[in-house]
Amino acid sequence: MAQTEAELLDNPVASRPTLILSSPDFHSITDVVAETVERPTPTGWWFFFIPALALLGLLGVAVSWLFWEGIGIWGLNVPVGWAWDITNFVFWVGIGHAGTLISAILFLFRQTWRTSINRAAEAMTIFAVMCALLFPGIHVGRVWVAYWMFPVPNQMGVWPNFRSPLLWDVFAVSVYGTVSVLFWYVGLIPDLATMRDRAKTRARKFAYGFFALGWRGSVRQWHHYERAYLILAALATPLVLSVHSVVSMDFAVSVLPGWHATIFPPYFVAGAIFSGFAMVLTLMVICRQAFGLEHIITLRHFDYMAKIMLLTGTMVGYAYGTEFFTAWYSGNPYEMFTFLNRAGGPYAWAYWTMISCNVISPQIFWFKRARTSIPILFVLSIVINIGMWFERFVIIVTSLHRDFLPSAWSYFRPTIWDVSCLLGSFGLFFTMFCLFVRFLPMVATAEVKTVLPQANPHWHPGPEREIHRAASRSGGAPEPAPEGAA
Amino acid sequence: MPFDPLRMLQALPLVNRLPDGPYYGVLAEFATPADLYHACERVRDAGFTKWDAHTPFPVHGLEGAMGVRRSPLPWIVLGMGLLGATLGFVLQWWVHVSAYPLVISGKPFFSWPAFIPITFEVSILFAALGAVFGMLGLNRLPMHHHPLFQSKVFERASDDGFFISIESWDPRFDPSATGKLLESLGARNVELLES
Repeated sequence: MAQTEAELLDNPVASRPTLILSSPDFHSITDVVAETVERPTPTGWWFFFIPALALLGLLGVAVSWLFWEGIGIWGLNVPVGWAWDITNFVFWVGIGHAGTLISAILFLFRQTWRTSINRAAEAMTIFAVMCALLFPGIHVGRVWVAYWMFPVPNQMGVWPNFRSPLLWDVFAVSVYGTVSVLFWYVGLIPDLATMRDRAKTRARKFAYGFFALGWRGSVRQWHHYERAYLILAALATPLVLSVHSVVSMDFAVSVLPGWHATIFPPYFVAGAIFSGFAMVLTLMVICRQAFGLEHIITLRHFDYMAKIMLLTGTMVGYAYGTEFFTAWYSGNPYEMFTFLNRAGGPYAWAYWTMISCNVISPQIFWFKRARTSIPILFVLSIVINIGMWFERFVIIVTSLHRDFLPSAWSYFRPTIWDVSCLLGSFGLFFTMFCLFVRFLPMVATAEVKTVLPQANPHWHPGPEREIHRAASRSGGAPEPAPEGAA
Repeated sequence: MPFDPLRMLQALPLVNRLPDGPYYGVLAEFATPADLYHACERVRDAGFTKWDAHTPFPVHGLEGAMGVRRSPLPWIVLGMGLLGATLGFVLQWWVHVSAYPLVISGKPFFSWPAFIPITFEVSILFAALGAVFGMLGLNRLPMHHHPLFQSKVFERASDDGFFISIESWDPRFDPSATGKLLESLGARNVELLES
């Protein structure tokens, strides 16, 4: 490769951006992605997997103790009835949004750069939704009646209240989880077939073969497949926007100052995309380094993601400002108190952590040097997720801890079990992600191949291929000019 | 019989059967998507109907070069989506008006605007299931066993190989002439596959 990565990124002459560097052929893409799964487990993988598994064990202990003893083991008490549990729920659902955004919305907008990162981002979505679903499940106190959340016929003749945003949430998040899994699996089928055809052992042939469903890559199959993929993207796009809107309505539909705001749905969706992209970035920086995928997941991809984070981070900052304006403009003393208390009250430290992480720190992405610097991107992606966790904490806890009657005021402090549940959910997330990168192709190879120039059926071959083709066609009818060649 | 999971897997899809015959058909490999594209146009123009091309990734415009008709999948999805919307809405209506009527926040029993979010979610769920299972049904998948998998070179159809297969039950099929036609279109590795 004559040019450096930075030179390629800056090349103003190239009419279309170079997405895959060092112009590989189809086979080398299959090789580099499949080998991450086929080669013996690298030692480095255990350095991630064992701590993740340990944290997952911690989650098991924390949840078992929670079921045994009740939610009193958390720091919750009147008036703060929701704290880290729902903070963690909203945090994880938010992270789960980037996967579908990358897969569906960028697909509809024909942003081909998504192909290098969409598989891993979709997997991340599924694992984040798993973590998210955990918290509403365990926070109900009497978990053995958690099925009351679903419209299940029962001996009491009782049905859930479909007018409640909390029930909308049950539907939105579980449908989102299901559709994300379907979308991810449909995208995986051709790559599972690749893994099946490369498999050397019987166990691998069976496992990949079973899930590849006998895919033959036939054009008649691709035809229905591409249509299905496009439709799934078109369905997932309004779905992903609806999910965090519904989550925000858990708060916005209540009449609590600090929660009761019409700006919540778009504000939550922007925040979700913001935190999700940060998490994709954290994972991709590690993965591309660990698995040698630097030419497939390039600095250009990071540059684009940083721009989206700059945009959504600034939108979130605008929403923070709007909340204050609305509080002042409403003339409602409770509303005004809540926001002044947020920025200057006992939780001011959390509020200003949120502002510095979410609004101030991403402004560095105005500079291209920052958008293409791996250390800056990595550190900021973590800072942003810390900030986004604090955003949910600030919204939930600061609105609750000052009740309408000052006699009920209190200050929430987490217990060791709050901390264990949060750390444990990271254990669940990273355990699943480690297993994913170990056993499944983490880059959508079939899709990456489509962005190579030679994938175009009207691609102009080099001179030596022209000679070969002329020789092979001697005696045949003259070649019709390919349509659309101009 | 010894326990053999691979063989059991191949026996699974009893519904998806291929026609009988001594041959499955011919399989031919092409070097690039462009070669495959032009060969597909010629096979289409030669009047073959029971044939297919195989690529590791979707090659744009190849359906046109093959003369494949539009996929009916959007209609399946539309039907499933409407079914989901109806079921979701009727469930909520029935619960709040008939099965378990309760006055909540002074709203009427049939407070339909509050039913919209769940109606939307359920219709998306049904439509997505329709898209995935409709696609699998139209593609006759799962079909874990297929005569094409006999071919060693066909393993590259999921890596970097571009293939045309013409099935023996096509009216214009002839074991030797069809192979020669494909060779004349620039194919390499022309193979006759058994059923």
